[in-house]
Amino acid sequence: MEAVTKLDVEAVRADFPILKRMIGDRPIAYLDSAATSQKPVQVVEAMRRFTEHSNANISRSVHTLGAEATEAYEGARARVAAFIGAPSADEVVFTKNSTEAINLLAYAFQNAALDPHADPRFRLAPGDEIVVTEMEHHANLIPWQQLAQRTGATLKWIGITDHGRLDLESVPEVITERTKLVSFTHVANLLGTVNPTSQITARAREVGALVGLDASQSVPHIPVDVAEIGVDFIAFTGHKMLGPTGIGVLWAKADLLDAMPPFLTGGSMIKTVTMERTTFADAPAKFEAGTPPIAEAVGLAAAVDYLDSLGMENVRAHEKELAGYMLERLETVDGLTVIGPRVPIGRSATVSFTFDGVHPHDVGQVLDAEAIAVRVGHHCAKPTCDRFGVNATTRASAYVYNTHEEIDRLVEALGKVRKVFS
Amino acid sequence: MNLDELYQEVILDHYKRPRGAGLREPYEGESHQVNPTCGDEITLRVHVDGDKVADVSYENVGCSISKASASVMYELVNGATVEDSLARLAEFTELMNSKGQAEGDEETLEDAVAFAGVSKYPMRVKCALLGWMAFKDALVRAEAQTSGRTDA
Repeated sequence: MEAVTKLDVEAVRADFPILKRMIGDRPIAYLDSAATSQKPVQVVEAMRRFTEHSNANISRSVHTLGAEATEAYEGARARVAAFIGAPSADEVVFTKNSTEAINLLAYAFQNAALDPHADPRFRLAPGDEIVVTEMEHHANLIPWQQLAQRTGATLKWIGITDHGRLDLESVPEVITERTKLVSFTHVANLLGTVNPTSQITARAREVGALVGLDASQSVPHIPVDVAEIGVDFIAFTGHKMLGPTGIGVLWAKADLLDAMPPFLTGGSMIKTVTMERTTFADAPAKFEAGTPPIAEAVGLAAAVDYLDSLGMENVRAHEKELAGYMLERLETVDGLTVIGPRVPIGRSATVSFTFDGVHPHDVGQVLDAEAIAVRVGHHCAKPTCDRFGVNATTRASAYVYNTHEEIDRLVEALGKVRKVFS
Repeated sequence: MNLDELYQEVILDHYKRPRGAGLREPYEGESHQVNPTCGDEITLRVHVDGDKVADVSYENVGCSISKASASVMYELVNGATVEDSLARLAEFTELMNSKGQAEGDEETLEDAVAFAGVSKYPMRVKCALLGWMAFKDALVRAEAQTSGRTDA
């Protein structure tokens, strides 16, 4: 039963040549988009065209190619800003990936802690608190652990219920008058939980804390509007949203970017330089030292165009349908336990599970023999694994190009897994 | 790909019925090894008596390849001389690095030749070597401790 959505999946699939790739004698069923998505020809073509036609360094040269490259790069910034509802393109900082975007923010706090004149919102000291959740990807945990260790601040977290949801009842106790920053994941990469944001942001506002959102697993899959969502920072990455690797985004409100000390320093981020000191450029240049990923920015803009042409509401509806189908079908498999919400409400089409005592590595290997690509392991979320008492999980994740038939193949192949290891 | 080549019966048998599993005393060296990509873990103890590996005991969590490999290793090195056990370690490591080009000597490696197929799967070689790495490390520790004792 194919759902009634406005996404023409067959037409989408035709844009992704890799989906015709054969593994053994079967076409690949790619169910690992939460790790990285595939790229449509439109993205590859945009990068190729830029590289063949307009490649030059940006913001330096007066020649034609330099001007075209600068225009393409800044155009990509404006395109991404529009996609997430940012009021100004200058609020979009290009980074290498989400991890770097979050580190950029963490280092703004760390550098501010060393500067007595820094904006007090970024000055951390012993007694101050940073709040995360137990369902973070390591990228939104370790930078804050490190920051806490280095500044003497305390790291706290919101726990997870047995159903794989945030324990929102604990929010008033976890986020206190001492909290300076709350940084949490919008959509959990292992559990697939879509976290409601309003309760956390409201409490953070009440105590005057800044709020960051790891949107790596949300911006690719659901409409995200920064004006609407009411947070101060979001981080996401190009390669999970049909774009290339090597480019990510930190969005932050303009006045916060102004107040933040730079992370990396060097070329392109300065106003004036003498042998003794430097004044910094305004954001976003202040945070983009060195030659940035220019062709990648062009590719990301093409990915955003592609997603917009599909319509993010349609993407969301398609994935909601797939999430429901995946959960329903996986529940029929004997010995399979879903780790995370078991209903397709407040949930992405990323489903982690354990299977009958068979180690995920072995599950993944047998699935690969059936030309099904899933992710196995701890998914860079070891504390989440610990919370559910598992060492690792198998994770299937769907995107715009996935079909019901591929999910049927997954379920069927799990029968083969059982056969090999019974 | 041919799954039977990877999951040979002898491997599945060791996986389902691991030999020598469990942590035992006495021991002179202990090692804890983790495969950070998948979270597999092993704690392994070595008891050395004279020039012999008198006991190897271990507790592990992991995939079939890593668990079976530890079990096969137990059979190969338990009761062997330290010198022979190190020779098996070198031989098995070489087999795992052969990218499917070597078959392994059944005379010396016994059941461990079943892992020849694993060497074609770079993502799984680490699984097969995890127990052996723990053995190597525990042996070094045991020898350090034993020689420390003799010196004192």
